[in-house]
Amino acid sequence: MTFIGKDLKVVGTRPIRPDGVDKVTGRANFGADMTMPGMIWGKIKRSPHAHARIKRIYTEKALSLPGVKAVVTAADFPDIAAEEAFAGEAIMDFRDLSRNCMARGKVLYDGHAVAAVAATSPAIAEAALDLIEIEYEVLPFVIDVEAAMAEDAPLLHDTLFTQGVEPKPSRPSNIAKRINFTKGDVEAGFREADHIIERRYTGKPVHQGYIEPHACVAAVAADGQCMIWSSSQGHFMVRQYCAHLLGIDISNIRAMPAEIGGGFGGKTLVYLEPVALALARKSGRPVKIVMTREEVFRASGPAAGSVVEVKLGAKKDGRLTAGEVVLKYQAGAFPGSPVGPGCMCAFAMYDLPNASVTGYDVVCNRPKVAAYRAPGAPNASWGVESCLDELAIELGIDPLSLREKNAARDGTKAVHGPTWQNIGYAETLAAVRAHPHWTAPLGPGQGRGIASGFWFNIGGESSAAVHIAEDGTAAVATGNPDIGGSRASIAMMVAEVLGIPVERVRAIVADTASIGYTFLTGGSRVTFATGMAATEAAERVVEELKKRAAMMWEISPEAVEWRDGMAYPAGPNAGAFEPLSLGEIAFRSARTGGPISAELSINAQGAGPGFGTHICDVEVDRETGAVKILRYTAIQDVGRAIHPAYVEGQLQGGVTQGIGWALNEEYIYDGEGRLDNPGFLDYRIPVASDLPMIDTVLVEVPNPRHPFGARGVGEVPIVPPTAAVANAIYRAAGVRLRDLPMSPPHVLAALDKSDG
Amino acid sequence: MPGLSFIAPTTIDEAVRALASAPGLAKCLAGGTDLLVQLRSGRSRPELIVDTKRIPDLIGIRDAGDHFVIGAATPGASISACAPLCRAWPGITEAVDLIGSQQIQGRASLGGNLCNASPAADSVPAVIAARATCVVAGPEGTREVPVEAIVTGPGQTSLKKGEFLVEFHVPKPAPHQSDAYLRFIPRTEMDIAVVGCAVNVTLGERGVCRDARVVLGAVAPTPILVPEAAEALVGHWLDEETLARLDAAARRASKPITDKRGTIEYRIKVAGVLARRTAAIAFKRAGEC
Amino acid sequence: MKKYHVSTTINGEPVEFLCEPQQTLLDVLRDTLNLTGSKEGCASGDCGACTVIVDGRMVCSCLMLGVEAEGRTVTTVEGIATGDTLHPVQQKFLEHAALQCGFCTPGFIVAAKALLDENPNPTEEEARYWLAGNLCRCTGYDKIIRAVLDAASEMRREAAE
Repeated sequence: MTFIGKDLKVVGTRPIRPDGVDKVTGRANFGADMTMPGMIWGKIKRSPHAHARIKRIYTEKALSLPGVKAVVTAADFPDIAAEEAFAGEAIMDFRDLSRNCMARGKVLYDGHAVAAVAATSPAIAEAALDLIEIEYEVLPFVIDVEAAMAEDAPLLHDTLFTQGVEPKPSRPSNIAKRINFTKGDVEAGFREADHIIERRYTGKPVHQGYIEPHACVAAVAADGQCMIWSSSQGHFMVRQYCAHLLGIDISNIRAMPAEIGGGFGGKTLVYLEPVALALARKSGRPVKIVMTREEVFRASGPAAGSVVEVKLGAKKDGRLTAGEVVLKYQAGAFPGSPVGPGCMCAFAMYDLPNASVTGYDVVCNRPKVAAYRAPGAPNASWGVESCLDELAIELGIDPLSLREKNAARDGTKAVHGPTWQNIGYAETLAAVRAHPHWTAPLGPGQGRGIASGFWFNIGGESSAAVHIAEDGTAAVATGNPDIGGSRASIAMMVAEVLGIPVERVRAIVADTASIGYTFLTGGSRVTFATGMAATEAAERVVEELKKRAAMMWEISPEAVEWRDGMAYPAGPNAGAFEPLSLGEIAFRSARTGGPISAELSINAQGAGPGFGTHICDVEVDRETGAVKILRYTAIQDVGRAIHPAYVEGQLQGGVTQGIGWALNEEYIYDGEGRLDNPGFLDYRIPVASDLPMIDTVLVEVPNPRHPFGARGVGEVPIVPPTAAVANAIYRAAGVRLRDLPMSPPHVLAALDKSDG
Repeated sequence: MPGLSFIAPTTIDEAVRALASAPGLAKCLAGGTDLLVQLRSGRSRPELIVDTKRIPDLIGIRDAGDHFVIGAATPGASISACAPLCRAWPGITEAVDLIGSQQIQGRASLGGNLCNASPAADSVPAVIAARATCVVAGPEGTREVPVEAIVTGPGQTSLKKGEFLVEFHVPKPAPHQSDAYLRFIPRTEMDIAVVGCAVNVTLGERGVCRDARVVLGAVAPTPILVPEAAEALVGHWLDEETLARLDAAARRASKPITDKRGTIEYRIKVAGVLARRTAAIAFKRAGEC
Repeated sequence: MKKYHVSTTINGEPVEFLCEPQQTLLDVLRDTLNLTGSKEGCASGDCGACTVIVDGRMVCSCLMLGVEAEGRTVTTVEGIATGDTLHPVQQKFLEHAALQCGFCTPGFIVAAKALLDENPNPTEEEARYWLAGNLCRCTGYDKIIRAVLDAASEMRREAAE
């Protein structure tokens, strides 16, 4: 059943979220807030080298320290074979994942885990780390992506041969994979062009920067049953990965979802959980491990750094004739950068007759990258959206008109294959043109830029259960950790279907033993896919309620109608009965067949792609290179905003992360390949005083595949900001920045160069 | 940290005795906003921590006639809230206010900012520019030294074993004397200064500069007093030519390093820019008081 | 390791605890007293998730030793509401959807309360600078600032009545 176009009472309103009070009073329990009887503390010994062979690990001294209960190394984990794991938006191999959690044979980056201890206090565990001695043979390392691609670069894995090239290479390489998409005749397209532009754009790795460090508690009972409490984007993922990495039956692991303090893609895999389980198994005690902020930066995430080469050809009127992009992405220590999605996103917004996109997935001695909000897309769009702006300037066309001329619309065949249907990109451009921000006056030293962004959004496996209580209130359980208010949107959709106030629906996140399998919270899929499961489960409950009312009235269920939380006779022929409320039916459910509930597991298809366009005003201090964001408007097709305040919040948060990426965030390495800024002091995420209010415009082109028309919304908004800021800087100061971050020293150097 | 002990003495003598008799490393704890970070990271592994905040002399601000006395452990929030001090030395109080967040202001102190001996300490240039002194207590009694004599290098001070800072003496401004402090950071808050600059000036007849002190931070191993920059100001109005000379003097005096917070070229250039901007504020203030 | 005995007042209640000298007030609150509302995001004073009020001043509890709490008065996020009645800042955070993951929220609640205690009528800029020591990675701060300014006007309205 579809609710699109119907008059809705709950969806589209802004109720208070069900978990809100716990979160403003400090009662909500996050990863590190769990304590168990007999619990001890785990800590991880990490590599000080970017690349080294582990010759020997001495654990005896640590084990003899009073209070130390267990020490584990790679020897305590099975050496598992390569096997690809489906990880949503990232590619993951179980062998690599195991070696990322605990180095085997070699350390591949500064911060790589080598051993772990568990002790009766954090201080003892810390002291024990100092007593673990490791003999290393230090090896040459490589940090930069293009240096890692060189013939003579130090090799991270001698078993890695470049995939996607013919003939199959005979020598190992740091290039894990080469991919290419081609559409039309690229050479002919460039021949047709009146104007060709070719540029190169670079970016450093940036971290997801969630404020909650990774944390977990693991316990193993004498019969082998395991419990894991952790902060993750998917407790079913935690269960599956831990089972695989430690050789435990999935049924023997129960994973409990803690509240999650931010993830943005960075908590879609495990770092600590298998280690805590191994320590718990060895010590017989529950073990808690909490990362320090330094560990978060050195050993988790980040997003890929990249080099992006863009070539565009256009007619004089701005119509694009051809495009070519080469993307080189750092994967970190193991293969699996998001260069694939990057390639698909590069030209996804445009109706381009001829195009070629080539991507390289490159390993180097940095932490393995993890998904970060629209993984791969910001890097590609940083290049393409900047280059389009440069093209607009060279052609003397305004950048909005250039995008309008080339925008993908329904029926456009994208370079990576699909033919677009029901997309709202052109609608976002129309909203830019209509917005007062687009024509607002600017002062001296100020400039305005625009840029667009795209993300696929995904569906996938989701389960939801709706239970009706004896008093007619409802509970809805799903298997997705609530990372940004999804309990509110799920409860709203269920309330809408049941026809009761949202305050009468309690939404919870159920553990792995209490609800059907649910794929992780990522890909902007929860409100879409899990929302679909919850909506359909609620619809089944309504069918059951009608059946029960029919039984009470002794008429056929088809003669019962459900409106506003009440059963009514469908018409005069059905009979004259007083309507029955949900509460009345529930109260008597024991006499009509027992409790009323429905659980549904689906594999949701038809996630609607998302498009957005941003307008950014900046002011540049020509003497210091400082860039101030004066005004920012984010416009996005959201399909249907279930809870508009949380949709706006997704846009505002994504924009702010993008602004951080644009201006100041970067991984800085020293000459020894060690991370030099592993803390919030020098890894500079935006603070409140850096920003203006972030205006949002929610364009609603409904997604026909979702009962309420929803599209995923969380990822698109991080895609446009880097280019929007650069394009604004160009118009404010006359300099084109092509390397991220556009921090004051870089901007000042560019200004100095342009001043001659 | 096995064997770590803690005491919170209530008199100067008690604190001196504890610091002087500690067999290993003993650390003074004022606001703790640097020390606790060092403890946590293992960069500092003391055997004794002496909390100085319960010694009455170290907390509070008082008017001593021709100078202010600021207790070395007085939190920044108290300093910013002291109206007479803000009127007298807006540059000092603004500089203190720039140290970290509002939360850090609840604890961070002038004494701690100085003794942490970071070249980038925000409060130090303005205090030096005001010709402030500090009182050091130690096993041999107390001594009063100019503030610029304390820091000898990054993380290094001239304090001897058993010595600690008791209070700062900040002279009151002469007529038409005022100050300003500016720093450059990549964000608007929460960063360590990439460059800092304090300017303290006294104006004479018709707004001509009679006396000046210019101090730069984060461009050398310690905050540096730049007499050449002061000379560029003395005897002049703040016109374009004076500003250009000041800019050049500040650049010449800067001997920074390249690190994760800025490059040599960037710091040198911004030192000149900040010197000009800070001087403009200080001159304006001095002209108005 | 030697432990120190500390007597203090937390959220209006007298509290005694034992702690090691290197333990921070945040360690003690979370691990000894089970007051896990204060969060550790960085342990270096950069994120503000552990913000508490000590003797009327807000501080990062990760930058204060547990032993220093002797004789002090400490308010944590658990002490901001009065019984079942939320503080206006808490209520406005809910109404404005000023939280997504909610991990930074306790620190923001305490810091915003401290702001409004000191300045009942802050400008947007004053609120932004006061809260610059509290990092939020989810919201872009927009709704947080709106919630704080709205709480301020509500508290002024209540005070005027």
